[in-house]
Amino acid sequence: MSDKNIKVRGIVTIVIVAVALFFLMPSITQKLPSVWKDNTDKIHLGLDLQGGMHLVMEVETEKAVESSMERISNDLKDLLMEKRVRFKRLSREDGAVTTLELPNKEAGARFRKILKDNFPNLDIKSSEIVNGSEKVYLKIRDKQVAAIEKFAVEQSLETIRNRVDQFGVSEPEIIPQGKDRILIQLPGVKDPQRAINLIGKTALLEFKLLDEEHSLDEALKGNVPSGDIIAYGYRVESETGRRAKIPYLLKRKTLLTGESLEDAKVSISDRFGEAYVSLKFDSQGAKDFDRITAANVKKRLAIVLDGVVHSAPVIQERISGGNAQITGSFTMNEAHDLAIVLRAGALPAPVRILEQRTVGPSLGQDSIDKGILSIIVGSILVILFMVMYYNLSGIIADIALFLNIVLILGALAAFKATLTLPGIAGIVLTIGMAVDANVLIFERIREELRLGKSPRAAIAGGYSKALLTIVDANVTTLIAALVLFQFGTGPIKGFAVTLSIGIICSMFTAIFVTRIIYDYFVWDRNIQRVAI
Amino acid sequence: MEIIKPGINIDLVGKMKIAFTASLFLIIISILSMALHGGLNLGIDFAGGTLVQIKFSQETDTNKIRNSLKTIGLGNSIIQRFGYHDNNEFLIKTEKSSSELKGLSSKVEEALNTSYGKEGFEVRRIEVVGPKVGKDLREKGILAMLYAMIGILIYVTWRFELRYAVGAIIALTHDVLITVGIFSLMDKEFTLPIVAALLAIIGYSLNDTIVVYDRIRENIKGVRKQSLKDIVNSSINQVLSRTVLTSGTTLLVVLALFFLGGAVIHDFAFAMLVGITIGTYSSVFIASPAILVWESISPSKEKRRK
Repeated sequence: MSDKNIKVRGIVTIVIVAVALFFLMPSITQKLPSVWKDNTDKIHLGLDLQGGMHLVMEVETEKAVESSMERISNDLKDLLMEKRVRFKRLSREDGAVTTLELPNKEAGARFRKILKDNFPNLDIKSSEIVNGSEKVYLKIRDKQVAAIEKFAVEQSLETIRNRVDQFGVSEPEIIPQGKDRILIQLPGVKDPQRAINLIGKTALLEFKLLDEEHSLDEALKGNVPSGDIIAYGYRVESETGRRAKIPYLLKRKTLLTGESLEDAKVSISDRFGEAYVSLKFDSQGAKDFDRITAANVKKRLAIVLDGVVHSAPVIQERISGGNAQITGSFTMNEAHDLAIVLRAGALPAPVRILEQRTVGPSLGQDSIDKGILSIIVGSILVILFMVMYYNLSGIIADIALFLNIVLILGALAAFKATLTLPGIAGIVLTIGMAVDANVLIFERIREELRLGKSPRAAIAGGYSKALLTIVDANVTTLIAALVLFQFGTGPIKGFAVTLSIGIICSMFTAIFVTRIIYDYFVWDRNIQRVAI
Repeated sequence: MEIIKPGINIDLVGKMKIAFTASLFLIIISILSMALHGGLNLGIDFAGGTLVQIKFSQETDTNKIRNSLKTIGLGNSIIQRFGYHDNNEFLIKTEKSSSELKGLSSKVEEALNTSYGKEGFEVRRIEVVGPKVGKDLREKGILAMLYAMIGILIYVTWRFELRYAVGAIIALTHDVLITVGIFSLMDKEFTLPIVAALLAIIGYSLNDTIVVYDRIRENIKGVRKQSLKDIVNSSINQVLSRTVLTSGTTLLVVLALFFLGGAVIHDFAFAMLVGITIGTYSSVFIASPAILVWESISPSKEKRRK
């Protein structure tokens, strides 16, 4: 091997290390020219190190399908009545199935025609003859169901994104996962419960009229008039401070929803200093509100949020400006968050928390400190051991080890990989395993030297014989690491990443870099004895 | 410096029977322990549930914490000290997840507030895993092990021969079973990081095994006269120095992690300690002798030609 060759390999090494340092520097020091800082990133820390909240939510897409069925069957009912088709007992059963009874063949035929012409998404699932009339089971076509579910997830994703953006979290990560899951990462969140309430609230705002013609007591006994529902509201009793549950009898029909809102913001009432949310309808919403209030003066209009009645004021007069307000005993934070969710819009279906992991900032910092301490102590132990065992050759291995750590950290920064606590463990483990390649080579060189070979021949023989072993051994470890990467969630993925990067970097430093140093000494300096 | 002298030739293969018996014994104990414990002590990652880690500013004990949790009906949750004694850190675990108990963590916070005051404690970690996710992770964890094994089987068969691959898989299964068994024996919790540790152990043990195999392959090509048994034995001896050294350096760093890495990573480091020790043992005493056993059951072509 010639002199020139050593120079080329040396330059390759220097360039690679320089690139690694270029990416690594911003994570070490702030004192860098801005051109440098703007084009590189610090090593990205996982939530377990920097603190924050990891959430996996499931969109209950079947609920979106159900509410879609509810709407369609209401439309169907209206149309059948309009066309004077005779039918009985049209109702939505559990799940997204609607049933109705048709008293005779003529009604059956006309019903089928209407279905075919006006409800392309509905399908007759089955039908049976009960007491002379035909009972029909309707369902939404599979293709349409899939479309509704897909839309529900997309819409939820968008809505949650809007809410989080307005909540003010830096660098949130909100990504879909699988068919109906949403992964949410919120670094640095201090009040996890508040964030969950904000993200997970369906925020379906509805305006419904109170049914004042029928008796509420009668309804509570179980005789709910058709077209009515019972809903509850809460009131804090000023004397006892207890929350009292108040029932309301409401008309089922929703007159207006939160979809018609243009804006929602927090206001403070002049008289009591209480926080409330003031609503502003968009132009169509304002027209509708105007019409609704005009037609129902002196009646009570309930403001229902996610099925809970917040207030049911009497409409004193027609309201034309398109403004309304939600009052209730809100804290400032609650009012603020409610305004956010109303602005961002309702979720198309409820979401459920499947997984929540929150790490406080102090634990994260602890983990970083302890992780770094383990890396330093582990490295020092290995470095000392190698020098003790292999003399000067041990120092060569130590140089390789040091470069290895620089390369791993540089690669983490360059590829924008996330460093997690198990990731730090991965680095520590790699340090132990990185010297393995050198141990293999050195043991081989020792064997060759024992056979009486010259240093040059022993080194060449040692490297060439150890090379295949190292590659085979590392590739198999890499297989395990890659499987881990596929399988992993957050922190585990971090372990797989550092382990994989570590294995690849260690092959470079332990084989390529150490060889240059040896070659320099035995060829350029013509050293006759290997200290190994 | 030399720990293992060159030219050493211990009859390691001759101790095959003892090793196999010992391993079998350990595996039986592992399986028995798991059976008696009714399976592994699954952490919330796999079983689902809620975990809250709390650091108190004053010395306290589990009974006092339990009493304050009784008010919210969590008196029978698992409460245990976490990390070193003077840290005053505790874990509170319940099987219930958020779907059953909404806002569990904030309830815990409220309950502790009344007994310890707002400044008296700090919630450092909250983990809530629903039963669905737990099941998913369980399945994914088992699949990951399986895929890793299959990947390794294919690679080793391609690079060496099937009998080597089978030996490697036996050794790896051995390592995983015993490590898991020790976790069961000590009633340590089986969590997501432990699965990561197991996969790392698979990688490490295999690394060790491959180095021995590589030497066996090389020696089979070179020396034709020796019996396979002698070749295997001398190959193990030739790389013994390296095996001991690498295990040593790796154990050094894992020990650093075990003692200094903090409570969160403690069990992970423990699994690695156990796994690396078992993995080193298995590559010497299980993986390579397994080739001999395989050979005696179905001799390779070369041998039949003789």
